[in-house]
Amino acid sequence: MGNAILVVAEHDNSQLKGATLNTLQAAVELKAQGAGAIELLIAGQGSNAVVEQAAALPDVDRVLVADAGNLAHQLPEEVSSVVVNLLEGGDYGYLLAPATTNGKNLAPRVAALMDVAQVSDITEVVSADTFIRPIYAGNALAKVQSHDALKVVTVRTTAFAAVAETGGAVEATSVDAPAALGVSSFVGEELSVSERPELTSARIIISGGRGMQSGDNFPLLEAVADKIGAAVGASRAAVDSGFVSNDMQVGQTGKIVAPDLYIAVGISGAIQHLAGMKDSKVIVAINNDEEAPIFNVADFGLVADLFEALPELEKELG
Amino acid sequence: MKVLVAIKRVVDANVKVRVKADNSAVELANIKMAINPFCEIAIEEAIRLKEKGHASEVLVVSIGPDTCQEQLRTALALGADRALQIKAEDSPEPLAIAKLLKAVVDQEQPGLVILGKQSIDGDNNQTGQMLAALANMPQGTFASDVEIEGDSLQVTREIDGGLQKVSLKMPAVVTTDLRLNEPRYASLPNIMKAKRKPLETQTPEDLGIDISPRQTVLEVTPPPERAAGVKVGSVSELVEKLKNEAGVL
Ligand SMILES: Cc1cc2nc3c(=O)[nH]c(=O)nc-3n(C[C@H](O)[C@H](O)[C@H](O)COP(=O)(O)OP(=O)(O)OC[C@H]3O[C@@H](n4cnc5c(N)ncnc54)[C@H](O)[C@@H]3O)c2cc1C
Ligand SMILES: Cc1cc2nc3c(=O)[nH]c(=O)nc-3n(C[C@H](O)[C@H](O)[C@H](O)COP(=O)(O)OP(=O)(O)OC[C@H]3O[C@@H](n4cnc5c(N)ncnc54)[C@H](O)[C@@H]3O)c2cc1C
Repeated sequence: MGNAILVVAEHDNSQLKGATLNTLQAAVELKAQGAGAIELLIAGQGSNAVVEQAAALPDVDRVLVADAGNLAHQLPEEVSSVVVNLLEGGDYGYLLAPATTNGKNLAPRVAALMDVAQVSDITEVVSADTFIRPIYAGNALAKVQSHDALKVVTVRTTAFAAVAETGGAVEATSVDAPAALGVSSFVGEELSVSERPELTSARIIISGGRGMQSGDNFPLLEAVADKIGAAVGASRAAVDSGFVSNDMQVGQTGKIVAPDLYIAVGISGAIQHLAGMKDSKVIVAINNDEEAPIFNVADFGLVADLFEALPELEKELG
Repeated sequence: MKVLVAIKRVVDANVKVRVKADNSAVELANIKMAINPFCEIAIEEAIRLKEKGHASEVLVVSIGPDTCQEQLRTALALGADRALQIKAEDSPEPLAIAKLLKAVVDQEQPGLVILGKQSIDGDNNQTGQMLAALANMPQGTFASDVEIEGDSLQVTREIDGGLQKVSLKMPAVVTTDLRLNEPRYASLPNIMKAKRKPLETQTPEDLGIDISPRQTVLEVTPPPERAAGVKVGSVSELVEKLKNEAGVL
């Protein structure tokens, strides 16, 4: 096994996602520790626009494109064959993927097929074989050394800055897409559509919890969000109660976020919620219980009824 | 069809763990332990499949020291038919666990294997995907709905953008997400009955699996503490501070 870094791109066939740029930063740091060339794999179908974006990334040494019908929905059973093919035929010391639902679905499957362990959700590259990763809902940080020749790693995107998007000019090479395994197929999807920024890349997030009482009250949050260009998130309780959809859940087992400003409204501050947002730069809590644990991590706490505070906040923001 | 469920004994979700003073690990002495919440959801799903007539038998497996028999007994009380402990000193790494589970799959030939999407201690989110790879099965990870239609499994998955539905040929691996179901509690009569249900033990050697680690945990440290904040008296004071003091608005 050699030393090159294979990075799996996060994309939807039409756009390269920001998570790729953060993952590439981890690759850049590994290269600085002695790893080899950075190669970016785009597995999909008809992803020309993504390939174009990828080719402009100055930190990428090679763009690899696997284009086939069975890769259209990036099902892990299919994509893992492409990746294993590359890893077996190449000179790789690393496989990196973002710790998104796509990356988490794919990377362990590849690792097992290659008979290597995986280091999940790293927040820091310590050296060529050593990484920091949070465990126990972020209440402890483990420094983990990998002894496998091929290191499979998923990257917590909020812990790494995005690499530059323009200035490069790499040629794309097409790679084999093995025949479909045919054990899984895509049936459909229900994607949330929103004009607001994506949770994981938003500069400001305002999240609602059980204190919101119903999904019908979320427009109170949305009105504030729209004044300040924020994304809207939620606690598990708000999702479980059906107020909002699952993709809005912030926390240990939902999305990890680290915006400049996180406003928690009607959220108590359970360990699992804190795990997803406590690395935000500035945290605001609005809660009518002054004992709520969320105040222990908040830079600014407002003890108030959210049904009064939110309309007032909207007005104050002009 | 047999359903295999893998469950892990973990620190109770309500406990905030502390790192040991020598930075070797987290302090686990005298701490409340429980079934990993995602594994509880896995057990519940398997039992419901049995109640609906899709499953003939539910087998639960846990890998760990004898203390994990407590969680296996709980699973039996919840409705599993048989339990298997694979003895291991510490919890092995996900790859080793997946290899052990693969050996159990070879022995038991389940039509479906259900795992949690992640354990709330290790937070690795790997084992189910690794097992699927090793057993050459399709995987329905982060499932919020599972329907059996003939020999295929329709799985609704919680993904970053919303929901995705896939169809998998069985045998298949499913990992549970929070919305899949709401686990039941064990009733007292069932807890008593569970004591008589079979709980078998095996060792990695019995299964011919090498579980030696591929990674070393060099150090475990506490995360940086956030400095204490302030309470503000009004919404206008809050906005003023966010604008002028924090500079984030
Ligand atoms: C395995 C597992 C995984 C989990 N993963 C996650 C996760 O990823 N993300 C997550 O968020 N949680 C997660 N949880 C759940 C977590 O433990 C808490 O149950 C959850 O975060 C609570 O949500 P909440 O704060 O909205 O609700 P509650 O704890 O019920 O808090 C509601 C708050 O609203 C306040 N409030 C009520 N009315 C008003 C009002 N009118 N004005 C102002 N304030 C008001 C109350 O004072 C209270 O503090 C997980 C739990 C488990 C076991
Ligand atoms: C040398 C060494 C040091 C370690 N140090 C630490 C440490 O400091 N901190 C720490 O947290 N962990 C440590 N571990 C433990 C270990 O890394 C994890 O507990 C283990 O890898 C399983 O990962 P996970 O549970 O996060 O897997 P996940 O992939 O998150 O688990 C998903 C699902 O897999 C199944 N599963 C997982 N484990 C088992 C099991 N034992 N039996 C049955 N089913 C299971 C369950 O269905 C679970 O829901 C150490 C291990 C070794 C070998």
